[in-house]
Amino acid sequence: MLTFIVRRLITMIPVLFGITFITFMLVTFAPGDAISLMLGSETVNVENVERLRTELGLDNPWYIQYRDYMFNLVQGDLGTSIVSQQPVTRQIVERFPNTLLLTVGAMIVALLIALPVGVIAAARRNRPADYGTMFFSVVGVAMPNFWLGLLLIIVFGLQLDWLPIRGMGSLEEGLWDFVSHLILPALTLGTALAAILTRLTRNAMLDVLAEDYVRTARAKGLTSFNILFKHALRNAVMPVVTTAGLQFGALLGGAVITETVFSWPGLGLLSINAIRQRDLPLMQGSVLAFALCFMIATLLVDLLYAVINPRIRYG
Amino acid sequence: MASEAVRSPSRFRPENRVLRAFFQNPLALLGALLIVALVVVAVTAPWVAPHDPLELDLLAPYLPPGSEGHLLGTDNFGRDILSRLIYGSRISLFIGVIVVGIASVVGALLGLVAGYLGGWVDTLIMRAVEIFYAFPFLILVIAVIALFGPSIFNVMWVLGVVSWPVYARLVRAQVLTLRETEYVEAARASGGGAGRIMLRHILPNALTPLLVTATFGIPEAILASAALGFLGLGVQPPTPEWGVMVSEGKDFIRIAPTLIMWPGLAIMLVVVSFNFVGDGLRDALDPRQVER
Repeated sequence: MLTFIVRRLITMIPVLFGITFITFMLVTFAPGDAISLMLGSETVNVENVERLRTELGLDNPWYIQYRDYMFNLVQGDLGTSIVSQQPVTRQIVERFPNTLLLTVGAMIVALLIALPVGVIAAARRNRPADYGTMFFSVVGVAMPNFWLGLLLIIVFGLQLDWLPIRGMGSLEEGLWDFVSHLILPALTLGTALAAILTRLTRNAMLDVLAEDYVRTARAKGLTSFNILFKHALRNAVMPVVTTAGLQFGALLGGAVITETVFSWPGLGLLSINAIRQRDLPLMQGSVLAFALCFMIATLLVDLLYAVINPRIRYG
Repeated sequence: MASEAVRSPSRFRPENRVLRAFFQNPLALLGALLIVALVVVAVTAPWVAPHDPLELDLLAPYLPPGSEGHLLGTDNFGRDILSRLIYGSRISLFIGVIVVGIASVVGALLGLVAGYLGGWVDTLIMRAVEIFYAFPFLILVIAVIALFGPSIFNVMWVLGVVSWPVYARLVRAQVLTLRETEYVEAARASGGGAGRIMLRHILPNALTPLLVTATFGIPEAILASAALGFLGLGVQPPTPEWGVMVSEGKDFIRIAPTLIMWPGLAIMLVVVSFNFVGDGLRDALDPRQVER
């Protein structure tokens, strides 16, 4: 197991360099001068530009800049935000848990929908419940999530007035405040994944339900609930969990849009605002943070598989 | 070529079996018909659209669907929503096709080279693939577009360039198996150069899975460009792009919730159509994988 972890970590090194180089390039080799971008069109005067250039080290050759960038990076220094004048790292660290909460919430929503619905569809194969499920799985992946978010806001926020539509709740205001703010964003972000996983659960269950041990369980006179959820689902769940893990990155990407729709104070909203305000250091930092999160998530999923399935370790 | 001379009677050709399997799949057929209809509408937009999509009528904003002369109503500027949807289909289809075009050509060539040449070339290209995979897709796209500025041109090339790794990986995997086949060995033995073998002998046999992936790539590109339009980082208003229309409508959801309805439905319909066709193609081309 240890060898596997070490080998897996070593393969991450070139990728890590690639990621940092790309985020570095985003600013350094940007067309037009990064400085005039930052200062905006109205305040461009030569003196200001020169001062900022020296301050940011942009008058050095790119490899010196990259070295400095990496040097600061390993110390956790991602520069200072132009707009708020706060360290980028601190802003990212503040926002990151919110994005994690949203994506984990979306993952839970997706599994809570996909597993029972998929199982029922498989048990009711080629009946109305099954067709309804397949319809959901087709429509769910095709809906733009910003649009779904707005529809949910219209229905549950404005028409029914059941759930809050902006921002994040706080635990100090009580559990319901916290959970109620999370429901619509998590549903928005999780629906596409729920659709994919529902279809997968259904198909995996159909395979498993054809197995001999399921027939044995039936012959023993177990209730169909027991057969479906205890015997069959346990064996059908592996491909579903695998795909759920692989889709974590897609959730992170979708979080940018969901956070914008619901003004959710996470990393996605931070990077969109940084882009809108032309705050290059903050933008660079948040893109890097997203890539690192994604990489760590992929690593964790890989390690988890190695724990569950020993064959992978010797691949 | 010899295959021309000994071509079997047409009804036994594999293409026919594939086509028949495809058209016997009702969902695939439905998807194909919807796409054809959409292409016709997009091409003939100036003739089928009842109004100019940019024509303002400030005296008649927020007309409900079914109003006289405005089948789907009007938006906050009194522009005809149906006409805007019709013109929007041009943009979405165009972006989808161009993006997949760029991504599949770049990806296929790199995958071909990586798989066939192997060695350090392969390592280099595959590392690049891994690095691209290490970014959440939309994040990278947003960051690059933010630097180059939002425009339809930038949306197309950025989405195209960022999407190539899928195709590279796919083609490389195909090449690795095809490279060892006897007919490739024969081509090599008869003195075919690497470029000729790759393009004439290997690539055509790797096209089938590429076609399926490309079909699924179009709706992905359409969704991504709509998301960019929604964020204000894609096609710019007043161009009637569907994502832009949702974005413009979101400020009026209290007074006119139908404004955002139509463009969202349009996006969904296109995406579903392409997914149906993609599913149909995959099943038709691979008879072992029967959809239940």
